[in-house]
Amino acid sequence: MIELHVNGKGKSVDVASDTPLLWVLRDNLGITSVKYTCGVGECGVCTVLIDGESVRSCSITAKEAAGRKILTIEGIPDDHPVKIGWLEKQVPQCGYCQPGIMLQAVDFLTRNPTPTDTQINEAMDDVICRCGSHPRIKKAIRFAAEMTTKQGG
Amino acid sequence: MKTAMTRRTFLTKGSLVIAGTAMASQITLFNTSTTQATTQYPFKPHAFLEIAVDGTVTVWTGQTNLGQGSHTGIAMIIADELDAAWENVQVKTAIAAEPFKDPVWHAQATGGSTSIRHRWDLLRKVGSAGRQMLVEAAAERWGISADRCSAREGRVLHPDGHSLKYGELAEAAARRPVPDNPSLKSPQDYHIIGSVKKRLDIPDKVLGKTVYGFDFTLPDMCIAVVGRPPRFGAKVEGYDTQAALAIKGVLKVVPLENRVAVCAETTYGALQGRKALDIKWSEGSLPHLNDETLDLLFTDHLNKPGATAERSGDIAKALAQADRTIEQSYKLPYLSHAQVEPINCTAHVEKDRCRIWIPTQGQTATQHTAAKLTGLPVDKVEVMTTPAGGGFGLRGEQDPVVDSVLLAKILNRPVKVIFTREDDFANDYFRPASHCKITAGLDKEGRITGWSHQVAAPSVMSRVMAQYVENGVDADAVSGITDMVYSIPNKRVTYAMVNLPVSVGWWRSVGYSINTFTVESFMDELAHIAGNDPLAFRLAHMEKDSRAYNILSLLADKCGWGDSPSPGRARGIAVASCFESYAAHMAEVSVGKNGKITVHKVVCALDCGTAVHPDAIRAQAEGGVVMGLSAAFHEKIRFKNGGVDTANYYDYPVLSMSEVPEIEVYIAESQLKAGGIGEPVLPSVAPAVANGVFKATGVRLRELPFKTGLLARN
Ligand code: FES
Ligand code: FES
Repeated sequence: MIELHVNGKGKSVDVASDTPLLWVLRDNLGITSVKYTCGVGECGVCTVLIDGESVRSCSITAKEAAGRKILTIEGIPDDHPVKIGWLEKQVPQCGYCQPGIMLQAVDFLTRNPTPTDTQINEAMDDVICRCGSHPRIKKAIRFAAEMTTKQGG
Repeated sequence: MKTAMTRRTFLTKGSLVIAGTAMASQITLFNTSTTQATTQYPFKPHAFLEIAVDGTVTVWTGQTNLGQGSHTGIAMIIADELDAAWENVQVKTAIAAEPFKDPVWHAQATGGSTSIRHRWDLLRKVGSAGRQMLVEAAAERWGISADRCSAREGRVLHPDGHSLKYGELAEAAARRPVPDNPSLKSPQDYHIIGSVKKRLDIPDKVLGKTVYGFDFTLPDMCIAVVGRPPRFGAKVEGYDTQAALAIKGVLKVVPLENRVAVCAETTYGALQGRKALDIKWSEGSLPHLNDETLDLLFTDHLNKPGATAERSGDIAKALAQADRTIEQSYKLPYLSHAQVEPINCTAHVEKDRCRIWIPTQGQTATQHTAAKLTGLPVDKVEVMTTPAGGGFGLRGEQDPVVDSVLLAKILNRPVKVIFTREDDFANDYFRPASHCKITAGLDKEGRITGWSHQVAAPSVMSRVMAQYVENGVDADAVSGITDMVYSIPNKRVTYAMVNLPVSVGWWRSVGYSINTFTVESFMDELAHIAGNDPLAFRLAHMEKDSRAYNILSLLADKCGWGDSPSPGRARGIAVASCFESYAAHMAEVSVGKNGKITVHKVVCALDCGTAVHPDAIRAQAEGGVVMGLSAAFHEKIRFKNGGVDTANYYDYPVLSMSEVPEIEVYIAESQLKAGGIGEPVLPSVAPAVANGVFKATGVRLRELPFKTGLLARN
């Protein structure tokens, strides 16, 4: 049994300890907002926050994540600037890549609340969005950053 | 798991429900509230439009939500003609059914940028019929004639100023006959079409609530992955069933025709099970096939006589008498769709029905595939279309349907077949590679007198619509050449079909994504040789096509073509028309000493007829630029030892955030019929960049992806 702490709740799951966290979240806990695309750490659609830091859940085992605070997109408040920004700028096309990319953006903005365009490009350079929502991702991140600054966050 | 797609949700009591269908271009509308439809036409009462007594307007659509935004566009068209209050409108995906068949194709499918352009009249008539029935119901209640009433924002207005809400009228309207030919609005009366609206599917996508096919689950469902041949013609030689069964959660190993499935309780179990299976494959039928041998084969076909796709005037004479003749060759690679949600399909086969949940672009094809495999009649195959994580033309293919139905029958329980990323790359139906050779003649004034164009490429049509391959010509393989926007007095287009076991299929913009690169690059070469400006040269050859002329002029105006770009930068343009729309692109680039190309800015001008949902159109145009640049700079499927040598995104990089330029989109004012969007916005991107690079460096890039090594300066 592995004890996971997901979105503020404790869960115990009966899986082999080397099972990638991605499949435990999806198959065992039914959290399908955490997506599979590449399975090898290349795309970022499977990203979750672990103790506040964005981690690709396909590339970390259940055991490594045990006992740490895991957040998926459901664990981010609906009025979070990133969610508002994504709605405001109408970012998603197919949308499949977005929860992971948004979580990476949440982590990035926490570390760098007033990023430059170059910093946004660098921080988000390793995600894959096949639909090409990139221009809107950049706009939404800028929007979220401004919103946070205005809120005095 | 909530699917929101069961038939029970239809036909709420008292609702006004209108369905429509179009056969042989004649549109017939039905009031299915009264089950009139079932007696008049053999379809079940699925609907386009349902107005409930609480005023909720539900637009049912049979089109797939691939992220292109047409669900909202479809709802906007109906809602506008209905005069609905937009905040009461919702859109839902319907189970596959007769009324959702494409009015032109007579099959339910999402592709060819048709969702709106093939339904422009149908959707408007459905909305308008609803409005007319509601108005008549109100008039009857008030005892006045209907032409004294009007409709606005979900209400029918009495001439005295009071009003009734649509919900209050739905039940009475439902008892009325559907007008045969409801009157349609004039474009100046549109108030929802062309307006700023938020896409209806976006909130769920932002909150992570959207359930894609890959996420779909049913009680008692098992998950299957299938080991498929890694090389063309390879056969299974052996595998270790026991090792697979030893993996936690693995239920069964099922050999299928030249492939082996592992079914498990969990995804991870299935994946580990397939690894443990360790299938041994034979060498395959073409062990020497690799990038180099393919290249030679295409070159060989380029020099063979091709089948004639178009012939006008006297090309031999035109070239012989030309002041100058110019000849060049171009090459484009096989491309993968690389859509982010891997291929998948869930099937549940019961005694008297088969249910399928799939992010498909081909519902009718899916029904037929499952009917054939189960022996059930087609109408006993219920296809529930899930949202799709991209598609770009791949999702009409039937392999996952076949495997999930076969396995569901064998296991006697619901089965979801999933592809891994590696499965997706290895088993894609690639955009065909294509090589071409173009020869043109210029007269003394620098006008094109003749154009001869030979294409060597595999044929998608001969696999999927063989009946349209005539005299050895696949019209798609030469599209964008035979119907280019330029007037050429003497022209010959020929096609040499390259037959290979590499599977090819539809990829966003299909043949246009290939041939626009070659035609628009070559036009630029000719302009240069003619000593003319690329814009002026193009405009001078557009006598027959005023929309092309106008969109290129709009682009020139918006991007300031006449002004010089910032120092160190250069600009290229390109234009194309496909799927009843026109797009033109300007790319502003610079090239570093090491040959690195930076695209600073892309301006897109688009004429898509009536722009139903401008913000979604912009999003598509932005996505088209990103995908077009991605293909220009990075994408190429590689082959080795008789199989696909591209495994995952590390072998197939797509455009990254820092490579995405500033993008501006301008949509031309138009009241014409709505044209396609998803595809027209892509083809002219890559040639605009190549033309900009030529302007910057004098080096012409005639191959995709760009060989930037050619640009390095010491
Ligand atoms: S699925 Fe984890 S990074 Fe792609
Ligand atoms: S929105 Fe489709 S992949 Fe990003």
